[in-house]
Amino acid sequence: MIRVLLPYHLRTLARVEGEVLLEVKSPATLNAVLDALETCYPVLRGTIRDQTTWRRRPFVRFFACKEDLSHHPPNAALPDTIALGEEPFLIIGAMAGG
Amino acid sequence: MSRIRVLAGTRKGAFILTSDGKRERWNVSNPHFAGWEIYHLKGSPADPDRLFASQTSGWFGQKIQRSDDGGETWEPVGSDFKYDGTPGTHQWYDGTQHPWEFKRVWHLEPSPADPDTIFAGAEDAALFKTTDGGHSWQELPGLRGAKGHIWQPGAGGMCLHTILLDPSRPERIFVAISAAGVFRTDDTGLTWRPVNRGLKSPFEIPDPDAEVGHCVHRIALHPSRPDVLFMQKHWDVMRSDDAGESWREISGDLPSDFGFPIDVHANEPETIYVVPIKSDSEHFPPDGKLRVYRSRSGGHEWEALTNGLPQRDCYVNVLRDAMAVDSLDPCGVYFGTTGGQVYASSDSGDTWNPIVRDLPAVLSVEVQTFP
Repeated sequence: MIRVLLPYHLRTLARVEGEVLLEVKSPATLNAVLDALETCYPVLRGTIRDQTTWRRRPFVRFFACKEDLSHHPPNAALPDTIALGEEPFLIIGAMAGG
Repeated sequence: MSRIRVLAGTRKGAFILTSDGKRERWNVSNPHFAGWEIYHLKGSPADPDRLFASQTSGWFGQKIQRSDDGGETWEPVGSDFKYDGTPGTHQWYDGTQHPWEFKRVWHLEPSPADPDTIFAGAEDAALFKTTDGGHSWQELPGLRGAKGHIWQPGAGGMCLHTILLDPSRPERIFVAISAAGVFRTDDTGLTWRPVNRGLKSPFEIPDPDAEVGHCVHRIALHPSRPDVLFMQKHWDVMRSDDAGESWREISGDLPSDFGFPIDVHANEPETIYVVPIKSDSEHFPPDGKLRVYRSRSGGHEWEALTNGLPQRDCYVNVLRDAMAVDSLDPCGVYFGTTGGQVYASSDSGDTWNPIVRDLPAVLSVEVQTFP
């Protein structure tokens, strides 16, 4: 299971607490994780990536394993530690403002 | 006993304020959608406990929420606002062309007859409609066909902020867009045309009398006389007596004719309200005095309403969707400020009281009257 941690406002929108656990078929890519997330929580559609272009929203970032994966190729496999659930995949609202 | 429900959208959530018909004691809800920008909430006239809210975020985009129990509980409905076909371009601030991009919903206007039909005014300017209670939205693209390529954004964005449904002719709708002007359809949204003759904008557009490009801040009508429209433009307060075919200025003796909201008394169609703001460069009341101005003659002659409003050191703004009236007698008038106050008058504006003082900046105020 892949562990996903949503930012506060998306947790309240999806009505979840703590991490979300997702079943994702191998290879676990960025797109596969987001597909699974949006399937489980349809209210999140459009909040993380545009539903037409499938581009990440500009003020959303992806962190994991102490790395910024915001620009990770969407169809490339994520690190094994994420795929195995050893490390959470963090969806972050970018720091903006004071 | 009659009841009043005030719906306040703010920079950091929605608040619902309730009172009985005396309008003296108010209950203020906890924030709904805390931390999100709530540009607008409005109840369905056909089913007053059905409310819609536009929930937006610079981070996470647009959501539409619906309540079927007067705001006690909410459920997200559809928020997929796609422009019809290839969106094309509009004029940018510097006169170049810029792609149409959906940013947010500024205003929601429920049908008076059908609780499942709602119109949504968007930035970048477009009109969307749902007929299934908000689950799916379709653009009415004929509007952007009315010279959309030369519309341009105002300072607040290129927003469709006002939707007026003609109560006597369901096929007629007025919308207002910053900075494009007023547009009217007479065939339920299929085709549209600009109705801006008489507006003059010498400092905003190269041709002051242009057919489109005027920065209209708000329009309002009284349901008993839908051919009479009142407008707060960027500068100038205007009036039309022929459903927008022609406009004339009614600023009269106002201390400033710049401002954002305008509204009409519920029981007196010639009584109107504005909140003058010093200028487009200084968005606060003249002389630090928060004054609502009322005209009982449909314009030209205005009186300052100050009783209960701060008359020194006040530098808030009142945004375009942040004024509303109830339909009791005497009429209640309400407005919210960027300082987080919501002021109410239960005597048509003669006296005012803050019904809440310390909300986040208020973006919109709507009122529901339960007789």
